[in-house]
Amino acid sequence: MYRAYLMVCAGTGCVANQSISIKERLETEIVKHGLQKEVAVVTTGCNGFCAVGPLMVVQPDGIFYQLLKKTDIPRIVEEHFLKGEPVKDLMYVPPGEKKSIPRMSDIPFFAHQTPVVLRNRGLINPENINEAIGRGAYEALAKVLTSMTPQQVIQEIKSSGLRGRGGGGFPTGIKWETCRNSPGDVHYIICNADEGDPGAFMDRSTIESDPHAVIEGICIGGYAIGAQQGFVYIRNEYPIALERLSIAIQQAREFGLLGRDIFAKGFDFDIRIVRGAGAFVCGESTALMASIEGKPGEPRAKYVHTVERGLWDQPSCLNNVETFANVPQIILRGAKWFSSIGTGDVSSDAWGGSKGTKVFSLSGKVNNTGLIEVPMGITLREIIYDIGGGIKDDKKFKAVQTGGPSGGFIPESLIDLPVDYEELTKVGSMMGSGGMVVTDEDNCMVDMAKYFLAFTQAESCGKCIPCREGTKRMLDILEKITNGKGSETDLVLLEELSNFVAESSLCALGGSAPNPVLTTLKYFRGEYEAHVKEKKCPAHSCRELITYTINPDICLEKGHGCGVCKKNCPDGAILGETKQVHTIDVEKCGRCGICSDVCKFDAIYVD
Amino acid sequence: MTIRQGIGRAKITVHMGTCGIAAGAREILLVVMDEIERRNLDDVLVTNAGCAGSCSCEPMMKVDIANESAPVEYILLTPDKVRKIIESHIVNGHAVREYALATVVGKSC
Repeated sequence: MYRAYLMVCAGTGCVANQSISIKERLETEIVKHGLQKEVAVVTTGCNGFCAVGPLMVVQPDGIFYQLLKKTDIPRIVEEHFLKGEPVKDLMYVPPGEKKSIPRMSDIPFFAHQTPVVLRNRGLINPENINEAIGRGAYEALAKVLTSMTPQQVIQEIKSSGLRGRGGGGFPTGIKWETCRNSPGDVHYIICNADEGDPGAFMDRSTIESDPHAVIEGICIGGYAIGAQQGFVYIRNEYPIALERLSIAIQQAREFGLLGRDIFAKGFDFDIRIVRGAGAFVCGESTALMASIEGKPGEPRAKYVHTVERGLWDQPSCLNNVETFANVPQIILRGAKWFSSIGTGDVSSDAWGGSKGTKVFSLSGKVNNTGLIEVPMGITLREIIYDIGGGIKDDKKFKAVQTGGPSGGFIPESLIDLPVDYEELTKVGSMMGSGGMVVTDEDNCMVDMAKYFLAFTQAESCGKCIPCREGTKRMLDILEKITNGKGSETDLVLLEELSNFVAESSLCALGGSAPNPVLTTLKYFRGEYEAHVKEKKCPAHSCRELITYTINPDICLEKGHGCGVCKKNCPDGAILGETKQVHTIDVEKCGRCGICSDVCKFDAIYVD
Repeated sequence: MTIRQGIGRAKITVHMGTCGIAAGAREILLVVMDEIERRNLDDVLVTNAGCAGSCSCEPMMKVDIANESAPVEYILLTPDKVRKIIESHIVNGHAVREYALATVVGKSC
């Protein structure tokens, strides 16, 4: 028996910040004080609060330690685990306050969340199936196999109102039912873990922290649609997720939870991992299935849906990681419980509401970046200010981009928007897989649109012309505008082209790629106009459109011509002698902004 | 698993400030853990805290049962006293009055 468990986060973010060596140091220090029989060190999946990693939670008291360094460890072990005095200066302090918050459950970032998919995060070692079973893993599978028919499972999922978490929001129960009823020699169930959005890491963290929830969900789905073979299509760039999933599948096989005659109920089912090479388009259903077949990952026109003829022309059901991870909880706790969370009413119309929770990866200019799980219908304000802790450095909030590179920007005027499938689509964005990038006053919206479009343009597979050529031309126009060479007719052309690409592309990649452009044109048209008419970038971000100037009075009176800017200028663009006024040669200036950063007297301004 | 979630029927807190450790709190803690393991009490949390401010009464420990109104602070402990407290208070629900300092007002100390 152990009196304390040290749950050290070993998600990708914390591992990258040396959490493994922190764990090793903890173990050595614990042995040094003879505490190894009382205090256990456990590595867990992503805790979610990535902004303050490497982090550790001490149970049963729930003490939260953040931003750990190896040198802090001897002090923690001696003071806290030996002497019982938690170390206050390593705890979380909210921005702008002085008093630390010892307990994880009291920290606002966690207090506003509702973990369902991530219910095991930070509580189990994902590489040990016994710990997952101790938290109830595979109970839902046992219930399904021993007491439910496939039709009953489908009915339960249908009445829960669960909709696809990968982006489209298609009702999962209907998808399963259609697939089950489609004739074919065999049926396949596939888990889409090809999470390609920049700044999104929900599926990655779900697999890293609780792989058995995903495996169990796939098994239940397989039983419901009548499949005996499941696939997980996961990108090879996710080494930790890949490794933990492989271990989990192997352990499930050893425990008889995968393989022949599961729970002695005559159900045979196994899962194969297929590694993707990282093409963004392979997250699209038909491209993903083509890739599993060994063909080039390109989408096809969907006159015939994949639930009828998908992988190897057999009925195939594709769901996202997060969708599957929800399934065991719905089976165990009931459709009624699940549909009590969220918005709308799904009792008569499967598209009538957004039920359950959604995992988002919160990134960009907020204080508390990380992985969060919140009930559907929460407002953007609650996410950004209550959980995210507001904007970094007290800057002004500008817009939030939801749904990955093909989502849209939502401006400050819509910050009280409830987050669900319909509301996000209405304002021109989308749920997507759950990326959420927050921007502040320093971000140029034209530049942001260009950034995301550059991503989708590069990831276009090239099969259909609107996407291949259209996004390229759109990007050219945005380049022109940010370089100060754009005209007002460019804005008209850009808008027309965006609508054309969105309407005529073969798959959702091209169909949604113009979203960042269209939403910024709609909500931040003034910024585009400033770029083309006045040749100015209001956020002072586009280099070609800004100039640095030295205020001669401040330079001389306050700084006495100190010359620090001149010493630091990499372009040699600053003229003037010490004790005299300095000036910037606009021709030579590379607009890097170093001079303005190093000036102690704020004499250099940008316009 | 329940220990990791911080859920338990009872919680024992051993005071382990410098004074407590000098008076033998390490041994007390080990006896507590040993006794709990021997009796297989998997719903009892054991934790440690700093000095309680009453150094002359060390070693001390606090027993907090979930549905009792206030925790009980035990003082001047020995391994035998600890075993008796666990049997009587934790298992059977009767506080051992002669070893107690007082009930602690409020839940934290």
